[in-house]
Amino acid sequence: MAQGTTTTRTAPAGGAAPPGEDGTPTAARTRSSDGTHRGVFSRGMRVIGHAVRAEPWIFGLAVFGAMLHSAVNVGSASVLGHITDHTILPAFAEGSTTAAALLAAAALLMAVGLGKAIGLAIRRLLAGLMQFRMQARYRRSVARKYLELPLSWHHRHPTGQLLSNANADVEATWQPLAPLPMVVGSIFMLAISAVAMLVTDPVLALVAFVVFPVLAAANVAFQRRVSPLASHAQALRAEVSGVAHESFDGALVVKTLGREDTETERFTDATHRLRDALIRVGRLRAMFDPFMEALPNLGVLAVLLIGMWRLSTGAIEPGDLVQIAFLFTLLALPIRSFGWLLGDLPRSVVGWDRVQSVLRSEGAMEYGDRTLDDGPAGIALSVRDLTFTYADSYDSDHRDLMDDGTPEARTTVLDGFDLDIAPGRTVAVVGPTGSGKSTLTTVLMRLVDPDDGTVSYDGTDVRDLARDQIPTHAALVPQGTFVFEDTVRDNITLGAAGIDDEQVWAALRLARADGFIAELDGGLDARLGEKGTTLSGGQRQRLALARAVVRRPRLLIMDDATSAVDPQVEAQILAGLRERDDAATVLVVAYRRATIELADEVVYMEGGRVRGRGTHSELLQTSPGYARLVTAYERAGESENEPVPEEPGPAEPNPNPAPRGGRAREEDDR
Amino acid sequence: MSAPTRSRDDERTGTGTGADPQPGGGTDRSVGLTRSRDGALGTIKRGIKLSPEFTKGLWLTLLFAAVATLGKVIVPIAVQQIIDNGISGAGGPDLGFVTRMVGVCAVLLVATMVCSYLMNLRLYRATESGLATLRRKAFRHVHDLSVLTQNSERKGALVSRVTADVDQISMFMQWGGLLLIVSGGQLVIATTLMAVYSWQLTIVVWICFLPLLFGVRWLQKLLSKAYLKVRERTGDMLGAVGETVMGAAVIRAHGTERRTAQRIDDSVLATRAAQVKAQRLSMAVSPFAEMVAALGNTAVVLVGVWIGIDGGITAGQLIAFLFLMTLFVQPMMMATEIFNEAQNAIAGWRRVLGVLDTAPDIADPGEAGKVLPRGAVRVDFDGVTYSYPEGPVVLDHIDVQLEPGTRIAVVGETGSGKTTFVKLLTRLMDPDEGSVRLDGTDLREVSFSSLRRRVVMVPQEGFLFDSSLGDNIRFARPESTDAELEAAVTELGLREWLDSLAHGLDTPVGQRGESMSAGERQLVALVRAYIADPDLLVLDEATSAVDPHTEMRIQRALDRLTRGRTSVAIAHRLSTAEAADRVLVFDAGQIVQSGSHAELVAERGVYADLHASWVRSSA
Repeated sequence: MAQGTTTTRTAPAGGAAPPGEDGTPTAARTRSSDGTHRGVFSRGMRVIGHAVRAEPWIFGLAVFGAMLHSAVNVGSASVLGHITDHTILPAFAEGSTTAAALLAAAALLMAVGLGKAIGLAIRRLLAGLMQFRMQARYRRSVARKYLELPLSWHHRHPTGQLLSNANADVEATWQPLAPLPMVVGSIFMLAISAVAMLVTDPVLALVAFVVFPVLAAANVAFQRRVSPLASHAQALRAEVSGVAHESFDGALVVKTLGREDTETERFTDATHRLRDALIRVGRLRAMFDPFMEALPNLGVLAVLLIGMWRLSTGAIEPGDLVQIAFLFTLLALPIRSFGWLLGDLPRSVVGWDRVQSVLRSEGAMEYGDRTLDDGPAGIALSVRDLTFTYADSYDSDHRDLMDDGTPEARTTVLDGFDLDIAPGRTVAVVGPTGSGKSTLTTVLMRLVDPDDGTVSYDGTDVRDLARDQIPTHAALVPQGTFVFEDTVRDNITLGAAGIDDEQVWAALRLARADGFIAELDGGLDARLGEKGTTLSGGQRQRLALARAVVRRPRLLIMDDATSAVDPQVEAQILAGLRERDDAATVLVVAYRRATIELADEVVYMEGGRVRGRGTHSELLQTSPGYARLVTAYERAGESENEPVPEEPGPAEPNPNPAPRGGRAREEDDR
Repeated sequence: MSAPTRSRDDERTGTGTGADPQPGGGTDRSVGLTRSRDGALGTIKRGIKLSPEFTKGLWLTLLFAAVATLGKVIVPIAVQQIIDNGISGAGGPDLGFVTRMVGVCAVLLVATMVCSYLMNLRLYRATESGLATLRRKAFRHVHDLSVLTQNSERKGALVSRVTADVDQISMFMQWGGLLLIVSGGQLVIATTLMAVYSWQLTIVVWICFLPLLFGVRWLQKLLSKAYLKVRERTGDMLGAVGETVMGAAVIRAHGTERRTAQRIDDSVLATRAAQVKAQRLSMAVSPFAEMVAALGNTAVVLVGVWIGIDGGITAGQLIAFLFLMTLFVQPMMMATEIFNEAQNAIAGWRRVLGVLDTAPDIADPGEAGKVLPRGAVRVDFDGVTYSYPEGPVVLDHIDVQLEPGTRIAVVGETGSGKTTFVKLLTRLMDPDEGSVRLDGTDLREVSFSSLRRRVVMVPQEGFLFDSSLGDNIRFARPESTDAELEAAVTELGLREWLDSLAHGLDTPVGQRGESMSAGERQLVALVRAYIADPDLLVLDEATSAVDPHTEMRIQRALDRLTRGRTSVAIAHRLSTAEAADRVLVFDAGQIVQSGSHAELVAERGVYADLHASWVRSSA
């Protein structure tokens, strides 16, 4: 009994003084990794604890299966011993046997097989079930958290990272659950084997007390050495993949500049680093596996030698010797399950931390309960004293994993912005890069909350509105949008009830998207996205517009939403919007003069505040900044030697950083 | 005998590695990668041939493997010898004999352990080196494929060819392949030895185990289907989760959180169900193997005693026989996993071979290729016709001459053939009929190294590598110094732009250049082209809107970049067309108008209409 616990308990600590060869430089490293290792072990146990508490019944049953298997396994050694003493040896000695003896042997052997089979089945089935249930549970929680967290949080975290939180990290977290029941079973098995051996012969049991702790220690020592190497190799694997990804993404540039050789060289370097790292891991494995296999065998030889002596003194029977020798071969495998668990723990702990940092993230928006009246008229938009800042560290390339960080230096994007738009009016917002236009659109839609100031729809602060109110009454058309892996129809309605195909087509017509959609195989049923049709940038913009107008919003906000659309088509779209009978309030961020001229009124913003307001021609007269900006085009043609007027204000970090992942793929317009 | 013996289904999570089973994309596949049609053995043979590292010194590795496998039977033999000769020998327990026996066995065990280590080490080294070579070859080949072939596959799928697919092979070689050798050897040696003890019992054992071997093969087929389903479901699940992340703004702006949550729940649960089902199949083999082993044990004991009574076998031999039988169970339990791994590896190999088998349809004439002299280029299109595979004709008998040193603007509606025109010009594609000639030499006869030096294309999206600004410019000519780069920037009139960047040439551009604005990325692409110093510059202007200041810079840089060279630009800007010496107007695969901007505006036709709408929108 004592032996089992000793083995596991001392395992992590026991390896602290590995036998010999601790050179000076490695000594320091070993020590530091010891510290983290111990931390990893206890933290890993806590992670496992969460799973056990979440699925106590499944875990309990799995452990029961493991114990059954272990007990029968140990029992099988006694059965073998018993059969040796009572069936085989008597039969060979006497030259005859009885049916009863044979039948007993057969029954015992079959019972052993059945017991092992049942135990094994229960253990494996339930270990898998527990692992997959925990994975599913956490994937759901993480994804739901993504839905809950505000857009500003999303902008702080790279897409790839969030995806791997929901997939690879969750998977890594619950990886130790697979070998877990077997480990518990193994501990149990060691304990009962120890008892069995002690009962059979305490002297022979001593051999086991030497061999198995050494095995366990070797296991721990190996895991400790191999896991940093393995994670290094994993990082290099990601690097190889990164190089390939980037290189293939830029294939056109590589090809047109004839740089295939240097790219291959770059890839080969990364590949060779990976190869060397994997060989280093392999070297350790190459040594470890034969050692783990040989040691119990050497133990058996020792048992045979000492057993002979015990036999000659009459202390034991031959059957006892066979039984203990057999136990040795049986125990070799379960001991190794500790290694599997320990090997999974570091990744599990890291995965858990990452998953937790998502689940613990705060900043879900709070909503009020007020609602807006459904009127046919546009919304009266009122913006008072808006201030919006972001932390400078935001777009530095050293993004901490999940660290929201303490805000230090902040850049002001909106600085006391005021604006009133009467229902049904169309207002163009114009300003140089970095003046805060895009940020303004996200604040107006309450995708992010400002640091200060208010946005009101029909006199109601948007923060007091119920959750569904803003999407019901207002719509934003971003510059680049996301296309769901779904049909055209679903991409337009987004599952909203009560929109029929006629309305969808009407919206598509308004967005001048009906033409290319009608040509798709399946029309509204055609699938979009990676597995279906890929749309060009201009087509995506038109889809986004249709998605917005099909909801008949009373406030339509367009953030440079037609930039990739042919000018002629853009003009048609804008004309169509104006001709609609229900007069929505429209706010449009624009560069093109034609777009600007369609607006009732223009707001010129610079440095996060309003610098001028009026019609296009009025502003040309009254606002020098505006005049300079909108005429920059023409002047660029004539006076190429004049210095370019510098833009004021800092470059604005794009608050809608690229339609992430779903970016418009290079189109092939033929 | 020292294969990593972890039972794989315990750690199997069912997600498998990347490598999507279906090539993806609903468009026509005729231009895609070749699908290798070799059988399993053929695939392995060709795969191994590709990397000589696999077979170099393999005989020695196999020799070590043979010795290492022999080590498995040392203990059973020792047990038999000691029971028969030590315990129940003629003169009672013989301590001296046992000591000698144990000593010899211990030495043998250590020796086989060393062999085992050497075998493993050599195998790891050989496979990793061989796979690195395979990766490199496949990578290079992807770059050698034409743009058309590259674009017919998703980029991610191409990446899998050099990553996940190779990893699959690696997994098999180091785990499954190793086990296959070791287990195979184990079965052979165990059988031989058992036959030495008792041929009758050996037959009994094989009769018991044979059905299991076939059952395992059948189960494995079900399993690969189940795992395929798991991979598909996992893909769907990741897609659903991806929507919450990539579509975060859309979901919030349109308030579709509830629907998205439902989609996630469905896909997560479907994934779980597939995983549980696959796990149920994969674990089934172990209990069966246990039962078969029990049956075998029983049969051996019963038959053994029966034979033994007649003196056909000794007690020690019978017990040793039972020990030897454990050598049978383990490979059987692993067999499904080994087969599975082998199948994955073969599939991976097939996909990599598929890349290597795809002949580049735009081939470098190589040594035989002509080298073009430097100087502004004259371009001739002579009856050039092109259609995409299984598509309509995109360019129809184009005849046009471009004089050296002229600026050409190409305009036309989407689908008019203007992009195809410049692709043929840069030999990203070859014409179906007719020829494209540079200074009188057919493009197909020009060596790539000469072609890429003289003809440079600036694609629409100025792709940047995740590195510094300087490195990205230098990409065109790696030997250029910082001073040369700065001079280039100055000559293009972009000095004050460079000075406005906090770190100048060392400014990191981020992944795909995302830290820079779209306009800045275009600027980098222009400087890059300038550094390359081509004689024929081909530009595909970006359509995305850029703020007017950057727009001015781009125009100025363009103007200087094109001076003294022949240049062809797909124009989306009015100014580019205005500044051109000659405008080519494409419509439905034909050049319908050609002349200077002023001439064309005066004519009635496509260009005048285009111009009118341009003026409306931007001037």
